[in-house]
Amino acid sequence: MSTLASLTRATLAKDLRLEWRSKDAINSMLFFSLLVVVIFSFSFDPTAEESRRIAGGLVWVAFLFAAVVALNQTWARELRNQVLDAYRVSPAPPNALFLAKVIGNFIFVTVLQALMTPLFIVFYNLRALGPAYQLPIVAALGTWALVVNGTFFAAMSLRTRSREIMLPLLLFPISIPALLAMVEATGAILTGEFSAKFWIVLLAAYDVVFTIASLFLFGFVLQAE
Amino acid sequence: MSAEFAPSRLYAILGDNGAGKTTLLRVLAGLTPPTRGTISMLGATNLRSICSQLGYMAHPSLLYDEMSGMENLVYFTRLYDAQSDDQRCAEVIRAVKLDPSLTRPVGQYSQGMRQRMSLARALLNDPKILLLDEPFSNVDLRSAREMVSLLAGLRDSGKTIFVVTHQASLLEGAADEFVWMEAGQIVSRTPDLRPPDTRSETP
Repeated sequence: MSTLASLTRATLAKDLRLEWRSKDAINSMLFFSLLVVVIFSFSFDPTAEESRRIAGGLVWVAFLFAAVVALNQTWARELRNQVLDAYRVSPAPPNALFLAKVIGNFIFVTVLQALMTPLFIVFYNLRALGPAYQLPIVAALGTWALVVNGTFFAAMSLRTRSREIMLPLLLFPISIPALLAMVEATGAILTGEFSAKFWIVLLAAYDVVFTIASLFLFGFVLQAE
Repeated sequence: MSAEFAPSRLYAILGDNGAGKTTLLRVLAGLTPPTRGTISMLGATNLRSICSQLGYMAHPSLLYDEMSGMENLVYFTRLYDAQSDDQRCAEVIRAVKLDPSLTRPVGQYSQGMRQRMSLARALLNDPKILLLDEPFSNVDLRSAREMVSLLAGLRDSGKTIFVVTHQASLLEGAADEFVWMEAGQIVSRTPDLRPPDTRSETP
């Protein structure tokens, strides 16, 4: 367990250092999300009550597509110079690599959310009428659901010819229950019309199931040729 | 293919493009499963169980371009050992005639420097078996000769080394055996560099 934890930390530190130096993922994510916020704000009346109802969907569409950009970048840097083979020939546990990638992507998407949320609030005139303290919980659980599945499927599509198209094709259908829960929970908190608790529990259960399944299967994905 | 390789020897794997040299190394490294049959190395048929005793250098560098050589090696040591050993990293960098204090990222290295750093990475875990794919490509002659003498020294210290190369003449005098491959098969094993089909013609 201590090897797993220490290797996860070392791999995460390496990924954060690579991202800090290249800024590949965070720049494209920021640009994409900014584009969504601005374009959607032109299309809807930001002062209307309706914007509060649709904001949950808008926010998660922006974060979902931005996350896909980060997920593709995560493995792309392991393919350059075939560095992944250096990991595959080592005795290091595959799950350390997987967990480091998931945590790394979680950090990238969370940073993005922290930067974009004030813009969403301003552009869409948002104010939570429900319990606002639940919003960070939904954000954390929703982001984990996206990145845990996304990291797994991005690894699966790594050796396919058109992996950037393959990832959304694999990821979106399996993420539908999580996406539904994120959008409904966010909508419930913003409008205050109904309780978000059911959707939060559903998201948490989804996270647990898919984290365990991904950890169990990642070794096979990594060693597949 | 059926072959046996004795320990503590340096094998040069030769053949035309597409002969299966790289595939052979990848199979031995456990990266590509054999289509049929088994491989036994160091008394084990499960290659995962002995991977800590293998060193693999591929044709690409297997290094992160954005990090310095030392940063790369410090990370890769962690894959073999829970504690990173800066001293060991510096030692292998010096062994391939590079400077451990070089701070520029590997992406800015010359191709030859990258090859040598890649060899340093393969040596990091002090492996019993070294699998090297084209270690001398794009390396200047003097550095290539230094690499050959390093490999010969490692062989003398008990390591078994497989070198895939198109510059076989560099290994003349250093390699114990030249293994000639064609269409995925070993067609000949010779103690010197003369190709198998010319050996009978020599007076």
